[in-house]
Amino acid sequence: MSEQTLKRVDLIFGEYSNEKYKVLASTLERTNEDILQDLLESGLRGRGGAGFPTSMKWKFTAETPGDEKYVVCNADEGEPGTFKDREILYRVPRKVFSGMAICGKVIGAKKGYMYLRGEYKFMVPELMRELDSYHEHAKQLGLDFTIEIRMGSGAYICGEESALFESMEGGRGEPRNKPPYPTTSGFMKKPTVINNVETFVNVLMIMRLGPDQYKKLGTTDSRGSKVFSVSGDTPIPGIYELELGMPLDRFVDEFGDGDTKAVQVGGASGFCVPRKKFKDTVIGFEGVPTGGSMMIFNSSRSMYNVLHNYLEFFEEESCGQCTPCRVGCQQLLKGIVAVKKGEKKALYLDQLMKLSESMKITAKCGLGQSVANSFSSIVNNFKEEMIY
Amino acid sequence: MKTEPQVMDKKMNLTIDGINVTVDEGTTILEAARNLNIHIPTLCYHEDLCVAGNCRVCVVEQEKVRNLPASCATPVSEGMVIHTNSMKVRMARKHIVELLLSEHNADCTKCYKNGLCELQGLASQMLTGDHLFLDLVPDKKYTIDMFNTAIIKDDSRCIRCQRCVRTCEELQSVSALGVAFKGNKMKISTFFEHSLFEVVCTNCGQCVNRCPTGALIERNYIDQVWDAIYDPNKHVVVQTAPAVRVALGEALGMATGKIVTGKMVAALRRLGFNSVLDTDFTADLTIIEEGHELLTRLKRALVDKDPTVSLPMATSCSPGWIKFIEHTFPEYLPNLSTCKSPQQMFGALAKTYYAQKRKLDPKNIVSVSIMPCTAKKFEANRPEMRSSGYKDVDYVLTTRELGIMIKQAGLDFEALPEEKYDSFMGTSSGAAVIFGSTGGVMEAALRTAYELVTGRVVPFDGLNIVPVRGTEDEVREATIKIENVKPEWSFLEGVELKCAVANGLAHAKTLMQNVRDGKATYHFIEVMACPGGCLGGGGQPIPTNKEIRTKRKMAIYEEDMGMPIRKSHENPEIAEIYKEFLEKPLGHKSHELLHTHYTPRKRY
Repeated sequence: MSEQTLKRVDLIFGEYSNEKYKVLASTLERTNEDILQDLLESGLRGRGGAGFPTSMKWKFTAETPGDEKYVVCNADEGEPGTFKDREILYRVPRKVFSGMAICGKVIGAKKGYMYLRGEYKFMVPELMRELDSYHEHAKQLGLDFTIEIRMGSGAYICGEESALFESMEGGRGEPRNKPPYPTTSGFMKKPTVINNVETFVNVLMIMRLGPDQYKKLGTTDSRGSKVFSVSGDTPIPGIYELELGMPLDRFVDEFGDGDTKAVQVGGASGFCVPRKKFKDTVIGFEGVPTGGSMMIFNSSRSMYNVLHNYLEFFEEESCGQCTPCRVGCQQLLKGIVAVKKGEKKALYLDQLMKLSESMKITAKCGLGQSVANSFSSIVNNFKEEMIY
Repeated sequence: MKTEPQVMDKKMNLTIDGINVTVDEGTTILEAARNLNIHIPTLCYHEDLCVAGNCRVCVVEQEKVRNLPASCATPVSEGMVIHTNSMKVRMARKHIVELLLSEHNADCTKCYKNGLCELQGLASQMLTGDHLFLDLVPDKKYTIDMFNTAIIKDDSRCIRCQRCVRTCEELQSVSALGVAFKGNKMKISTFFEHSLFEVVCTNCGQCVNRCPTGALIERNYIDQVWDAIYDPNKHVVVQTAPAVRVALGEALGMATGKIVTGKMVAALRRLGFNSVLDTDFTADLTIIEEGHELLTRLKRALVDKDPTVSLPMATSCSPGWIKFIEHTFPEYLPNLSTCKSPQQMFGALAKTYYAQKRKLDPKNIVSVSIMPCTAKKFEANRPEMRSSGYKDVDYVLTTRELGIMIKQAGLDFEALPEEKYDSFMGTSSGAAVIFGSTGGVMEAALRTAYELVTGRVVPFDGLNIVPVRGTEDEVREATIKIENVKPEWSFLEGVELKCAVANGLAHAKTLMQNVRDGKATYHFIEVMACPGGCLGGGGQPIPTNKEIRTKRKMAIYEEDMGMPIRKSHENPEIAEIYKEFLEKPLGHKSHELLHTHYTPRKRY
């Protein structure tokens, strides 16, 4: 089992056919129910990190009445330590566009948008070329679904789906209240499917392989493969496509430098796993989920500095609208500094832990809610580093 | 504007704090709880505005849900079980208030809103004395914008609830205030962080009315007024605007919508003002001047076929509206009536007519006005408002500031006797009182103009021209047909006078866009910058909401009905001033003292 679970996979980046948009063409001939059924059976969950079942998202949107619906590809890859969408868009943009087009067909949308991270501007000419080719093929296939690229401007918060819609509509990137969810009120307040870049590629893979073969990869809760961005203290940093559901100790065996102290799974908003828990930790939705970021730290690293860095990031990247996130991030950052300097007693860390719990349950969006993930996992596991 | 929950017949059953309740689909948890008299604390929530859900003070616990939803922003769902005061909720709420306080300049005794601050109220409720978190204020470089003559913006008191931003955008369509920067630097700011006096701000003060803390306050002139009162060489004249008399009671602990005219006069006298007079007098005068101006413009348009005449003619009583048009529709400045607002007319006459009659040196007269308005402070300081050689109005106090002065003087307001205004410049008509409500200037003008032209009273029951009484929901339009006119007004025979009434600058913008795009043609339009007209003005007691404004409105029309004189031209003091001083409407003296022109301004 464990041998198998670290299997490197070549699903997403593989080239299967010289004939462009072949899978898209064959999928367009199928019924929507059929496609949704395949997605349901495949067990595909969103690859952005939150892991919402893709088939349900599409089904809800398809069922929402309305003439105007949208498909949005979230390519605002901003999580620290994540760079896999860049690779996907660079190498296999066609698969992403195909996945979006299939979604458009299923939910009845005529328009798709790709919200591209501001720093990825260099990719635009290449993507535009591929888009031209896509539009040509779509025309030949009689598919009324066009795709447009919209640029982000470098705000982390705009990767949050409702802030992303606000940004696309020309507003300030601030998350909206939920409900309503994008499935009923998304871009331009219309029913919208918004998925991560990788999710759309996975959809295409399921359409190509069929759910049964796709399901063979991964575990019950985490089907399929995942593209990981491996960085930090590793001799082989880079992009790796691995099967989901692997234990972390196998991963560290493969990628660590032999002195691994901790792995931050899921970026700054993810969890820090210390060495003693590697064995019991599974990478996947049943264990520690990740949007792809795997940051490896060896014993030369100060976890205080790591946390300080994350909190600085959150303090700046919070949109600032809701109290728990805006002020909470500042308090956590200032708080650990005060404890480190001895201005506050070590006991103050408990106060901060309670605060991070409050932030988790009261913040308006995922950003503020997930600050507690890294905060509590680092403070709990490396308390002595926070104090001395 | 607040989006009303859609009318749906679907009902939802839920449990709040153990009480089963059935409400309409679309109701929020907060509303459902309030119906049960369960008070969930709020800060960013305001009845007049769209839901923001950003302060998170109103979080509640929902069973089987990990996170605590914000009750103001979460619609009820079937079978939901809510706890508004659980352990989890109390802890989270306390954390949130502590967080707000850690970022807030909590030097309450130095704050103008001390005792009236919603954050302070919450803090005392939650017993936040233990300072759970670090004080962030010393590290922040907060700025205080003190350059404006009407409104002061103190960022150190701001809790970033964005009520002001929503007010400015939704109710007023001005968007002078917006959110700038992100994260720890996020703040409420203006175009390129300019001072409020350099941007499109109209000084309407609606943001001040809705700010829960002391971040947006009126610039107060209380001490200056006390100084003038105590100066033996000064003769201090005070005028009171129509909308003050139906709201002042609220600032002094009385019920909403109480008419306190007599007590207010008594209080002003006890504060030491030398003469207590009424802006309503110059409201009547405005009607005479503005009515004649309208008829003159109509004559030029209909008889002389003069293409340069600017119609529709727009009222010019509301200084927020004047500054709005200067910024946003400068090409329509000629459409504004040249009449100064009643406040400024009064000020100009106080230093001329009043001074002459009372044999006083105008330089020793201090003219103070009590207004429901913050924009009046700006208006009084306009360079246009000094045509007599003296500043028309020296100090403008809001209803709130008068309330503070009355408290300072230790007066038991409710126990004061009802007294009458001094004369002269203290007598007025019911037509002047209704200036305080949207549509009032229009109604007052029609009562006079119709009678002037036809010799008959307006054909409405009890002089109540209900079709022009504005609402907060839309631009009100009305057409009055003029028939059987007097021979000298024969050109108006059969003319259908088209009027429109708008309150709140968002509606004013719609109205002006319709005029500009040719979608509507009018002869006469009345615009008041604030929701509901002056009774909802930015200087009125806090809080404000539709219910409060409706009560004030009812009080204003009640006051009108109770006046012995209901029409401006029947005010005997008006006849007197024309005989003794002004000679005739739109005459030379009027033009010099009572009329003015405005200037275009930048659009940001």
